[in-house]
Amino acid sequence: MDEALLRSLTPSVLTVLVRRGADFAAAEDAVQDALVEALRVWPADPPRDAKGWLVTVAWRKFLDATRAETARRRREDRFEEEPAPGPAPTVDDTLQLYFLCAHPSLTPSSAVALTLRAVGGLTTRQIAQAYLVPEATMAQRISRAKRTVSGVRLDRAGDVATVLRVLYLVFNEGYSGDVDLAAEAIRLTRQLTAVIDHPEAAGLLALMLLHHARRAARTAPDGSLVPLAEQDRGRWDTRLIAEGVEILQAALARDRLGEYQAQAAIAALHADAPRAEETDWVQIVEWYDELVRLTDSPVVRLNRAVAVAEADGPRAGLSALAELDAALPRHTAVAAYLHERDGDLKTAARLYAEAAHKAPNLAERDHLTRQAARLNTHLHH
Amino acid sequence: MAKYLLLKHYRGAPAAVNDVPMDQWTPEEISAHMQYMNDFAERLEKSGEYVDGQALAPEGSWVRYGGEGRPPVTDGPFAETKDLIAGWTIIDVDSHERALELAAELSAAPGAGGRPIHEWLEVRPVMSAHCTVTE
Repeated sequence: MDEALLRSLTPSVLTVLVRRGADFAAAEDAVQDALVEALRVWPADPPRDAKGWLVTVAWRKFLDATRAETARRRREDRFEEEPAPGPAPTVDDTLQLYFLCAHPSLTPSSAVALTLRAVGGLTTRQIAQAYLVPEATMAQRISRAKRTVSGVRLDRAGDVATVLRVLYLVFNEGYSGDVDLAAEAIRLTRQLTAVIDHPEAAGLLALMLLHHARRAARTAPDGSLVPLAEQDRGRWDTRLIAEGVEILQAALARDRLGEYQAQAAIAALHADAPRAEETDWVQIVEWYDELVRLTDSPVVRLNRAVAVAEADGPRAGLSALAELDAALPRHTAVAAYLHERDGDLKTAARLYAEAAHKAPNLAERDHLTRQAARLNTHLHH
Repeated sequence: MAKYLLLKHYRGAPAAVNDVPMDQWTPEEISAHMQYMNDFAERLEKSGEYVDGQALAPEGSWVRYGGEGRPPVTDGPFAETKDLIAGWTIIDVDSHERALELAAELSAAPGAGGRPIHEWLEVRPVMSAHCTVTE
């Protein structure tokens, strides 16, 4: 049984049903029923046309459910409601589904859950495991999301930026359990770039590939964090890097720069350095200037301060840092690092400990605590 | 998409505005309070923000390792002075603001006289094991 095939077919089957006039929530239920039936029937009797089979079975399930519902309603209030005919397709099937799942009326977590379920074809259990919440909670989140978008028509192109944001959120969530969300985000973004011609979609895919390429080197065997400069570059996935760079270059050539392309450009410059010392920090600072211009994000300014320190020395970095709000996440960690680079180990040790206290996750906290301990051991001997 | 632990304290938190011990409420007031708490949890389940929650018995003990071959050491006669947790709820919400909003809602549970207790709740972010990819 080819589960990957089933998952890749899910979005287009779903869109066919919605286009034929099925309500989104009902269509989703029908597709899930059809998938269950496929898992049961296909091993012994594989269909020649998998998508056609799924569409037929899902549509039958939808009609059965609608008839049962209609009969119930007729009994209840002598009232019959046929689903309205759907609008004519204007954009590619899968793309419409992306826009629906990233609809602005949904909260980010609902949009992510719905995307993974409807476009990604993941089961509710898998999504719940990935986000470490009970299955019932995720089921409610998804059914609320479905209700929220149930009246939304798939007749207008939505906001690509929102779709990209949702995919970026999935990617950043990392992985746990049996679903690798980073790999899932890459798979979905690949699908998206296949149906949409947009430099930022390509930029996002390049960014994901370039980050993903470093994954094996990012943690030590004991699970602790390895900073970029100390990573074993021999463990970076050169195939993914080459692919990411190629996609990025094609996107940049379109001359419609956006934040994902700029971020990917920075990631590509890191990937390009055979040794940490050979990193082209001057060019990286230039890309951060672009990113600041595009996003005006304080987090980007913070990262820029680090790049400035690498390009022009720790003092320059510290003065760039001084212009930023000290309450920013990771501000203290960056200050600690720059003070260490500047030779002020005592201040650095104190700031590392403070940063560890504020760290948002265990890997970072442990890493920063070790940094403080390393300097303190040094200072006390 | 961040988890928070909401902690209700028996002791250890500042006094509630409407600070009357539960055994001095009317039975109807207690029922109303319980109903409010159950409705709150049920609503969080429906909104997809519920992760887990339990009420705890008031008796708590501090325990530590007593040494090789010896029984555990417990805190003995000073129990009435220590902080005690009455119960906890873990939520999974889109923002810190939402976590505060829900904690405040929990704090508005009705108490003596049917008026909100205005008790203090402790809101603690749950640390995630892994970190985001941005380096």
